[in-house]
Parts: sequence; structure tokens; C-alpha cells
Amino acid sequence: MIAIVDYGAGNLVSVKKALNWLGQDCAITSAPGEVTKAAKIVLPGVGHFASTAALARLGLQDAIVDAIGRGIPFLGICVGMQWMFERSQESPGTCGLGLLNGECERFPAGVKSPHVGWNQLEVDSSSRLLQGVPSSSFVYFTHSYRAPLAESTVACCEYGGRFSAAVERDYLFGVQFHPEKSGAIGLKILGNFCAL
Amino acid sequence: MLTKRIIACLDVDGGRVVKGVQFENLRDAGDPAELAKAHSESGADEIVLLDISAAHERRATLLETVRRAARQLFIPFTVGGGIRTLEDAAAVFSAGADKISINSAALADPAVITRIAERFGSQAVVVAIDAKRLLGTSHWEAYTHGGRTPAGREATAWAREAESRGAGEILLTSMDCDGTGAGFDCELTGCVADSVRIPVIASGGAGGAQHFVEVFSEGHADAALAASIFHYGFSRITDLKQQLGAQGIPVRWPC
Repeated sequence: MIAIVDYGAGNLVSVKKALNWLGQDCAITSAPGEVTKAAKIVLPGVGHFASTAALARLGLQDAIVDAIGRGIPFLGICVGMQWMFERSQESPGTCGLGLLNGECERFPAGVKSPHVGWNQLEVDSSSRLLQGVPSSSFVYFTHSYRAPLAESTVACCEYGGRFSAAVERDYLFGVQFHPEKSGAIGLKILGNFCAL
Repeated sequence: MLTKRIIACLDVDGGRVVKGVQFENLRDAGDPAELAKAHSESGADEIVLLDISAAHERRATLLETVRRAARQLFIPFTVGGGIRTLEDAAAVFSAGADKISINSAALADPAVITRIAERFGSQAVVVAIDAKRLLGTSHWEAYTHGGRTPAGREATAWAREAESRGAGEILLTSMDCDGTGAGFDCELTGCVADSVRIPVIASGGAGGAQHFVEVFSEGHADAALAASIFHYGFSRITDLKQQLGAQGIPVRWPC
């Protein structure tokens, strides 16, 4: 079973719908016990970085950290990926998980923000998550803050400078874009995660 | 490079798409779910479903329509028409919409924008503005209730307020151009697009590929929406995107 973690931020229906389409058994849950039992974990996220503070409050952070420690595949989407970093300028008082180094930052003044729409990936071909996804593939983004380029970056995107569009380390994965809203390419990426 | 979005709009009344359609291989040309899927497969970057039913008959069918359309749709999906409260929005989201579009309700009570944005994120809140030019000026007034009632608000100022209250995008329809097929109102679009930092979707007046080129280059639109041009088959989205690409407009193609 894939646990889709619900911490009260945003709409998780699209993620569940896409996983169901791929024939996966999944459930939206805010129960730490369910997260602990899951074979894989997806942490979606829209909205504000501060909303991730609820993860610790609900006991979900401990369950996620424990699962990651046991090698359970984890996929953070959008703010869910940003949370894997140390912190974000969006909410300086909120700590990220800190599994990846760096701080998420605002877009520079010269470009419209949020970054909304279809943009292209520059893909590191060694990525397992992005296997079969060619560079220049289009995916759908909607976000006001972005993660820096890091050692774990496996895809970057250009919008007012380059940033991390996907990260990967061991069984830890994150995507800034929305694979559940990125057409066939997005389903391919979710399918890769499910097949791990 | 961030591409300009081409958005297909389905006007739905009583659960049926009300404008004509020319898709091949459709069993039912008036079915919103089939049309949404067909548009997505032909290269639409996003689908907007606008419920134009009379208010009293709306709720019963809309949610079921949204649920059916969303089931096979894996691109962004916006639903508008008659959403007045946070509860209305929540029901539409749980039926499978990614964004909601609000117009009259936001003008009547702008705080509703913030309430929905705080719960579902700004990216999920599109404020639709129907704007009509004040004769002989470069000012536009916002209208509510499907363009029947002037709201007493200048469109650009309203767009700025909507942004500050948490709107994630503006869907801007020129009432003067809507239905003419004579091109978008690039002056209106440019005025609004240049005065907010959030994306602006231009709507109203699309008649051919050149109109899209103009609204992206002169009107600074981030996206452009059309309904009848796609339904009547004047311009397949595939062909439109190829023409835009050839004229230097960045589009998602192939997709």
C-alpha cells in the first residue's frame, strides 16, 4: 500500500487518482500508524511551507523519518520536496527535514511569480525516478519558491535561473513539479516510483 | 523555457457541453468527460470547465460532471460557475478539480478568495474577471453574473486586489471581444498582465492562430483560453501549437 500523507494542506485527490490509474493500492491518511505500515510514501504539498509544521505536530514526521531509515521509498511533491531541505525563505521559523542541504528561495524580481505552467526538464540520465524521461520533456509547475541545485539534483529547470526540479538519493525522491498533472510523462514518473 | 499555455474551455449546461464539437471518434460530442480527454490528447495544456447552468439546477449535476471529467484527466483542470463559498470550492476539489474559478462571489465578498487560498493554496484559486471597455477610454469595468451586472470596479484595480487577497491566477475575459472571433483585446490583457505579478489568462475573441501570437507578444498573456475555436474545428490545438512554435512563441510541443 502507498500512503499519501494528508497534513491538511491542499488537495490530494489528483495524486490518488493518478496512482489509482496506475493500478496502485493507495490511501490518503493522516495516521502515523498507517504511514509506518506503508510500502511506499508520497508526501504531496501545495501552499505554504509553514503548513509542513503540522507534520511534526501530527506525529507524521517521526513516522516518515523512521520509514525513510528503513529504506521505504519516499516521494515528496512540490512543497513536499522543499520540506526535504533544511528550510525555506517562505517561512524562516519552520524547519525542514534537513535530509538535503540548502534553503528554498524566492524567485528573483525579474520574473513573474508564481512559476505556473509547463516547463522543461534537463535530466540526469542516471536517475531511477526519471528513467525513460528524455531531457526537454515538459512537466507542469506551480510554485513561488524553489529548491537550490544540490548534490542530489537529478533534473533541473530554468526560470529566472536554474533550480532543482527533481532530487534523488537512495530511496529518497522529490519533484518540484506535479507528476499527477503532467500528462503521460508525469504518469511515467509516478510509474517509475511505484515500480521501485 | 516556460511555455505559453493553450487552454480549452468547456461551457457546460445541465451536464452537457453546449457548444458544437468536431472531434472524430467521439461517441458523444456533448459529453464533458469525453471532450476534456479529447482536448487533452490533442495538446491542450489545461482544461477549464465553466458551468453556465441556472443556479437552481446546478449542484446536482456539476459535481458528477466534474468527477467523470477528472477521472481520465492528468493535466490541470479548473472548474468555475456558481462557486460562492469555501464549502462549494471544497466539494469541487474533492470531485477532482485542481483549481476553482470564482467571479461574482469574489466581487461580492473578496474575503472568499483568501478563505479558499488559505485552505487549498493560491495556486488553486483563479479569479475570473469579465471586463468591458468604458467607451472611448483605456479603462475597463468588471461585470458579474455572466456579464449582466456592472460591478462598479475598474478591472485592473480589481485584478490587483484579487492578487493581494491570494488569487493565484487571473482569467480575464474581454466582453467586447468575446464571441467575435476578431482577436483578443491585447490592450486590456497588457494592462492587467503588466500590473500584477501572477499569471494572466486571456479569453474572448480567439479566431485564428495570429490572434494567439498577438495576445502572447503584445498582450503579455501567460496563457490563452478559447472554446468555440477548438470545438468547431477551425483550429486543432495541434495545428495551432505548430503555428505558434513557427512564429517563435514557446509552446509545449510535442506533448
